[in-house]
Amino acid sequence: MKKPPDSRYDGPGSTGRRRFLATGTAAMAWVAASLAGAPPGFAELMIRRHFKELSPEQLDRILRQMEQEYSTRFDTPVSVTATPPMEGVLFGYGLDLSRCVGCRRCVYACVHENNQSRSPQVHWIRVLKMHKERGIELAESDPYYDPPTVPEEDSFYMPVACQQCRRPPCTRVCPVKATWQDPDGIVVIDYDRCIGCRCCMSACPYGARHFNWSHPTISAAEVNTEMHFLGNRIRPKGVVEKCTFCIQRVRKGRYPACVEICPVGARKFGNLLDEESEMRYLMREKRVFVLKEDLNTQPKFYYFYAT
Amino acid sequence: MNRAPDNSDGTGRTDAPNGAETDQLLLPGWSSLVILLIIFGVLSTVTILAIVREGDVHVTPDVGGTQAHSPAEFPEIGFDEPLLPAVLEADGDDQPGGYNVPPPPFSNEDIFPCTWCHEEMDVNYERRELVDMHDDIQLHHGPRERWCFDCHDAENRDSLRLANGTRVSFEESYRLCGQCHGTIYRDWRQGIHGRRRGFWNGAKSYLLCAHCHNPHSPAFQPLKPLPPPVRPQFLGATNEEPEP
Repeated sequence: MKKPPDSRYDGPGSTGRRRFLATGTAAMAWVAASLAGAPPGFAELMIRRHFKELSPEQLDRILRQMEQEYSTRFDTPVSVTATPPMEGVLFGYGLDLSRCVGCRRCVYACVHENNQSRSPQVHWIRVLKMHKERGIELAESDPYYDPPTVPEEDSFYMPVACQQCRRPPCTRVCPVKATWQDPDGIVVIDYDRCIGCRCCMSACPYGARHFNWSHPTISAAEVNTEMHFLGNRIRPKGVVEKCTFCIQRVRKGRYPACVEICPVGARKFGNLLDEESEMRYLMREKRVFVLKEDLNTQPKFYYFYAT
Repeated sequence: MNRAPDNSDGTGRTDAPNGAETDQLLLPGWSSLVILLIIFGVLSTVTILAIVREGDVHVTPDVGGTQAHSPAEFPEIGFDEPLLPAVLEADGDDQPGGYNVPPPPFSNEDIFPCTWCHEEMDVNYERRELVDMHDDIQLHHGPRERWCFDCHDAENRDSLRLANGTRVSFEESYRLCGQCHGTIYRDWRQGIHGRRRGFWNGAKSYLLCAHCHNPHSPAFQPLKPLPPPVRPQFLGATNEEPEP
């Protein structure tokens, strides 16, 4: 078909595209020139490749830079690693609803371990109080309960954090591929790549993702100096964060912080591919369910009843 | 809706040939304008009221969730508690069959070994209420069916005693508990019941039953919960100056 005659396509004033390209090139040249004057490493951080495409040398350089930055900021030696996933490992988590007493030790152990902002407050774990008679009724649950002692007679408690889905809705909606699922099943976020659009937060059916509305505040005395690039390193303002199963610990073999602090031992963790692991035992022997199964997100976070 | 009819005016025409006429027909009538005005008025009143009542956050002040708390405020919880030396030394090497347990929890440091006192004493097999010594022990563990020598060995006070007469040390008290609580014992050995610390793929520390359950009164004691999260309406108030 013949194009309709239109001055926008070809006419005397058709230098628009060329002018645009010229302006764009000039602008890029200007940006490049100003980057040359920027502090060393700034350009690499700002326009670096995707985390998965970084060469080992590039990654190492970035990590050393971060260590230096954080060490200066907190006036204490900080180590930032990017420990890769282990072979033949798929992490799974179990939570015993018949044992949880709702004491919130896990919530604060998580904050202590993962360098969340103290103010404005960011909690990765949210403990929901529910009525025993009503069962799991998320709409009527209460996260703000504060009785003198727990457990309360008529209630049970359900801690909810990132469910580490096998089909995570959050990673699919990210427009810049700043969040993805690693081979060991941990859904991670690259805070440098995140643009803060919060699409992932609206996609997550568990409310597990949290936004840094302000610069995270954390004192030098409280900072956890063992950091992981995709985990508990200090976040900038305007990025999304969430539970990573304590990636800096579990990739070195340790249990997550919430598992170790739980005074009733309601929290279990292990390798789903290892038949001898605690996780496989409880999945064989106990009554197990996942949260919002109907959404087909296929979480690796299993709630169970040991009794 | 209150839109002026455009194709049911009796002419049967669906699109008017004259542009001016169509524009006029598509304009809303006076009645709909009035309704829209009313809706707008109500909405703005509600919004203004909400803004004016901003201070009222619908929460009584004594309720939790108005203030942010940091883990540093609770040093008694022991977030930085080190691992057992045995677990740290193993560093990933699993020891099948072996359980790393901290020392048994005695009510005070000077109470064990029991033979310090009991060696010189005659054994009194009579079932009685304890006075002068050990009177702090409240037996809420089947008190009618059970008493001291069902679990403590009468001849050797430094060990416990299974139902079949086997002596077990206090470090192995789980064998004693496991005689009755078989399903829990099985779960505990698998790592399902009770708290674990250490390496998910290697050495870990277990706790003895007695670390969490007082053997004489085994119901788990209620805990004081740590403070609730900040309610959204108070989050802004906790915002401090950004980092430099």
